[in-house]
Amino acid sequence: MGIMQAIQVAAATLIAISGRPAPIAHKLNVVATTPDLAALAREIGGDRVEVTALAKPTEDPHFVDPKPSYLIALNRADVLIEGGAELELGWLPPLLDNARNSRIASGSPGRIVASQGITMLEIPATFDRANGDVHSMGNPHFLIDPVDVRIIVAQIATHFAQLDPASAAVFRANLDQFDRTLDTKYAGWRAQLAPYRGAKIVTYHKDFVYLAERFGLDIVETLEPKPGIAPSPAHLAQVISTMRAQHARVIIVQPYQNRRTAETVARQTDGLVLDISQQPGAIPNTTSYFDLMDHVVTTIASALEQTK
Amino acid sequence: MNLFHRPATLVVALLLWGSALAAQTPAADSLHSVFLRLTARLDSIEAGHCGGPPFEVSLTPTREVHTDSLILAARTLADRINRMALARCAQANDRAELPMPAPHPVAARAGGAYMNMGFDGLTDFGWSTASDIGALQRGDHDPAVRGFTAPNSEISLDGAVDPYLKGFTNIVFKLDASGGTGVELEEMFFLTTSLPANLQVKAGQFYAEFGRQNSQHPHAWSFVDQPLVLNRMFGPDGFRSQGVRVSWLPPLPWYTEAMVSVMNSAGGTAFSFRSDESSEIHGGRPATRAVERPKDLLIASRFASSVDLTPTQTLLFGASAAFGPNSSGADARTRIFGADLYWKWKSVRAAQGFPFVSLQSEALVRGYDAAQRVSIADSAVTLPLERLTDWGVYSQLLWGAKPRWILGVRGEVADGDSAAFTAALRTRRYRVSPNVTWYPSEYSKVRWQYNFDDRKDLGTDHSLWMQVEFMLGAHAAHKF
Repeated sequence: MGIMQAIQVAAATLIAISGRPAPIAHKLNVVATTPDLAALAREIGGDRVEVTALAKPTEDPHFVDPKPSYLIALNRADVLIEGGAELELGWLPPLLDNARNSRIASGSPGRIVASQGITMLEIPATFDRANGDVHSMGNPHFLIDPVDVRIIVAQIATHFAQLDPASAAVFRANLDQFDRTLDTKYAGWRAQLAPYRGAKIVTYHKDFVYLAERFGLDIVETLEPKPGIAPSPAHLAQVISTMRAQHARVIIVQPYQNRRTAETVARQTDGLVLDISQQPGAIPNTTSYFDLMDHVVTTIASALEQTK
Repeated sequence: MNLFHRPATLVVALLLWGSALAAQTPAADSLHSVFLRLTARLDSIEAGHCGGPPFEVSLTPTREVHTDSLILAARTLADRINRMALARCAQANDRAELPMPAPHPVAARAGGAYMNMGFDGLTDFGWSTASDIGALQRGDHDPAVRGFTAPNSEISLDGAVDPYLKGFTNIVFKLDASGGTGVELEEMFFLTTSLPANLQVKAGQFYAEFGRQNSQHPHAWSFVDQPLVLNRMFGPDGFRSQGVRVSWLPPLPWYTEAMVSVMNSAGGTAFSFRSDESSEIHGGRPATRAVERPKDLLIASRFASSVDLTPTQTLLFGASAAFGPNSSGADARTRIFGADLYWKWKSVRAAQGFPFVSLQSEALVRGYDAAQRVSIADSAVTLPLERLTDWGVYSQLLWGAKPRWILGVRGEVADGDSAAFTAALRTRRYRVSPNVTWYPSEYSKVRWQYNFDDRKDLGTDHSLWMQVEFMLGAHAAHKF
């Protein structure tokens, strides 16, 4: 205890010398690790929050550079929203170690871990990296499932209300509005994809598993032989033969994935390469969550229609 | 929930029966897995996931009565579960709204209980035209011989100690040129998590925050070996000691950090200070100096700042200084100053962090007050009081050309002024090192490096080194 007290006294002296840190702005300062979480935070927070996304919409969320400017964003944040399930494991921990911000410490109201409350898919039975870069807590790309989004926005609203009780009614109203829109939109998305239930598709990485599960699509192959492992010619040959045998002709790639590999496979399977992003803002006119999902569903539905 | 009761009970009963059978028939193994999958399917329906292909039991009858009746039971159950899923989906469609699954807590799991554990193994292989590899590759984690070296096997442990502190430890095992094992408590420190006023305290044994590369562990380096100037200023093991560091993030809109460390000034890892090994710098017999005043401790400070030039380019630069007593004699002191710069561009559509281009440069200068001292080479000779000035620069350019491939080149020069004695460690030396690094995955790498060396009085040498690294355990987080 002696040391801690001494540190506290020293710290108090330093505060007196240096002046207090800048006071928290009126609006909640929200930092989200990825743009999809940022978009949801904007839906719920409205004009009562200031939202910053760390990762760019076009970059691979597994491999983000922990830039010093992110450290400053985290140092000033009232709220941190992370995907969790080890999505940001490669870059967020060193930033948090240095952020010295107890408002966003693990377990505080200012820390929202989106994966909490989600029924995770693909939780590995054994932790074995011979199977590629599998996440021990399950597949972290769940934000593409509208049902999971509903859980996450509820969690965001609860945390926001706790941190800014004066705006709690606004957050509640925004949440209700979001849920109502989601109900309507979801019915539309289901109707759009209903004719293609059981349709076979191919993805680059295991990042559309939750979408497929929700809308009854069947992902028959991924271009990566194992998560995080680069496609090999032998594996691609197998993908091509599976696609031919099962009449799968749609390949989904995100902006940061190797489109050329997908094009090569598509040429040999009379396939169609779809540019889809899970991050709002990566593709023009997809800044809000609903715009993004409209784009995802419409693009897949029209491609499946075209390749019927 | 009642909807699930009967199928769930049946699955459990069949699961138990299946387990009992498992010891008896090979088909029972597949049956057991069918029941596990059925349970998982029920869980998923219960959680509101009604989609997905129908569940099929594709086992062929074995003509063994017990097993076949189990297969039949599994089929019946699968049919009921498929019907239930369809009903659920239809229900959701009719209501035209989302099923609202109950949130279900997921336990956070790290590499071990309350602690992340990792292991990193580095192996070098190569050849050089120089036969004095120990003098050529002076870094403690450099290749040590013609042939094979295992210069750095590192166990790293870290985790939250409590709500106030995080703890970190790195223990290094290394094999020397003759295959003997050495052990180092490389780092062991705690870090505060939430002191007021943007302060942070680190205490224990740690790498001094001086410049950019000194505080990086060998597996994070972009080249096989330690830069010449860091070796000359900080010794083969880098600059680390026991002490305490205070860091402050001033309330500015861009990243700026000021750090001051107070550390012990003795030992081989305080090479330019109170170390026996410092005879290599001053040529004299090392003096035994006790710590008598606070001035006999070592001070290392660093000021770093960073700006994002564009959304894809970041610049980080810093200035460092270290002061402390040295062991050439009583009252003799050393001052080291450094400037460093790191610039990185990464594509806006980076896949696994590629492509990128980065430039890293460091320049250091040392003023070493050498006291009047007895020469270590000849005890009849007394070396005069003199100021020894050394400097060095390295610059390295990396191009992450395509995912998992990096091309690099490093240029270095180090020199010292003339003194009353000749020290190999203070004479002019140039080195140019192109290299290629390939990462089969995030957890392994293979590196090939060529070194062109020009040592004054010793001439030029050519070396080829290959380095292989693997990592186990906790995912290593990357620092900027």
